[in-house]
Amino acid sequence: MAGRFSEYSEKVLKIFRNPANVGVINDPDAWSFISDPTRGVTMELFLKLDGTIISDARFRASGCGATIATTSAITEMLKGKTPEQAREITDIDLAQALELSERKHYVAELGRELIAAAVDDYRQRNA
Amino acid sequence: MKRIYLDYAATTPLHPEVFKVMKPYLLENFGNPATLYSYGQEARQAVESARDKIAGLIHAKSEEIVFTGGGTEANNLAIKGVAQALEKKGNHIITCAIEHHSVLGPCQALEKRGFAVTYLPVDEYGRVSPESVGNAITPKTILISIMHANNEIGTLQPVAEIGRIARQKGIYFHTDAVQTLGHIPVDVDELGADLLSTSAHKIYGPKGVGALYIRECVKLAPLIDGGEQEDRRRAGTENVPGIIGFGRAVELAEVDMSGEAQRLTELRDRLIKDLQATIEDIHLNGHPSARLPGNVNISINYVEGEAVCLNLDLENICAATGSACTTGSIEPSHVVLALGRNRQLAHGSVRFTMGKWTSAVEINRVKKVLPGIVARLRSMSPLYRQDRH
Repeated sequence: MAGRFSEYSEKVLKIFRNPANVGVINDPDAWSFISDPTRGVTMELFLKLDGTIISDARFRASGCGATIATTSAITEMLKGKTPEQAREITDIDLAQALELSERKHYVAELGRELIAAAVDDYRQRNA
Repeated sequence: MKRIYLDYAATTPLHPEVFKVMKPYLLENFGNPATLYSYGQEARQAVESARDKIAGLIHAKSEEIVFTGGGTEANNLAIKGVAQALEKKGNHIITCAIEHHSVLGPCQALEKRGFAVTYLPVDEYGRVSPESVGNAITPKTILISIMHANNEIGTLQPVAEIGRIARQKGIYFHTDAVQTLGHIPVDVDELGADLLSTSAHKIYGPKGVGALYIRECVKLAPLIDGGEQEDRRRAGTENVPGIIGFGRAVELAEVDMSGEAQRLTELRDRLIKDLQATIEDIHLNGHPSARLPGNVNISINYVEGEAVCLNLDLENICAATGSACTTGSIEPSHVVLALGRNRQLAHGSVRFTMGKWTSAVEINRVKKVLPGIVARLRSMSPLYRQDRH
């Protein structure tokens, strides 16, 4: 039952302490929800678009420190991007941005899936 | 802000009195106890005196104590040592689902070598039913290994009853007493134990030293060959300062035990009651009364234990979690899952373990900060809102 908080980068800890964009968007233009009960991770993303540009992004998440920090960082990264540009963000981009350890790389993979699912949802709504 | 340490089940700080007796054996009294000159013989006498103290605490004979490199090695020696010594007699071992990994690991290793292992389930409080132990015995059973108390949830097992069943059937009974030695009474005859594992660093002794009690009639093969030490049951020069520290830690524990158990039980029960009153939807893991004096383990619904512990760490409070994130595995705590909890609750488990230097002021600080941490994490959790609306 040991802790391994020392593996977290200052970036993760800083965001974890004070995450940006927590909450929901009522009537979002895109929404996604990813759950990995085995790992105890749940992420939810809400996007609002102004034309083709993501103008607002909010999240809710349950999971470890890396999960909460990564989901919050995603909301910051998506603002100002088009859905197509958002779709290009990879797990490696997320892992590098947050300086995640290799052991926590799965969080970046789930984050990428969360973005992809939101973009798919946007496309379906606008098909 | 002063750091509040609430992970005494993981390890304890060295008692200053223990350090005091160890120090000369790290410096001037450095002799190898296997040698014949005075340096060596002084070390030998000190090691034997420590052995007497440990034997005394558990009501064993000194020659029934074998020093090891810790609790994990003691558990490995008990299980693999008996399996190897008795493999012509039988190949079946009985244990339970919530044992420490240092018991489950050797059992799994033996399965690969052709042994059959029964992992008995536990009830909602983590208790093994003695009846289920009796029912699992086959003519091939050579060893029963059930822990005295669980390290995560603190549940005390009905070890004496299981020991009686094992004795009636003529099967060796091993118990992992790493969490109980020095905290509650441990008597090898009352427990009916033929083998019993202990560790020094859980009772304010040094890390890297433990002992296995081996009843004198028990047949056991060594894990480590290459020397006459420990009556040929554990080769290698003894960890003299560690063993001496272990002996002193046992002496100190014996004096403090009943008063400390009572003090910690009161702190424990008050913490459980107050957290249940201030945080909704939390669940006590383990037995409400048949549990280690200093153990509080709760599952906090809708949040993840690691995030709770990370927030507690930011408040200078050290606690542990059974969440998978911290153990490197994918699955959360095998112990909390075995209680019948779902994965969400297993991921939400947080353990506070108290000890000698835990004060009511420290516990009050936990009571003060934890509700806010939980509320903040729940406000972020999609699970919380989903279930409630």
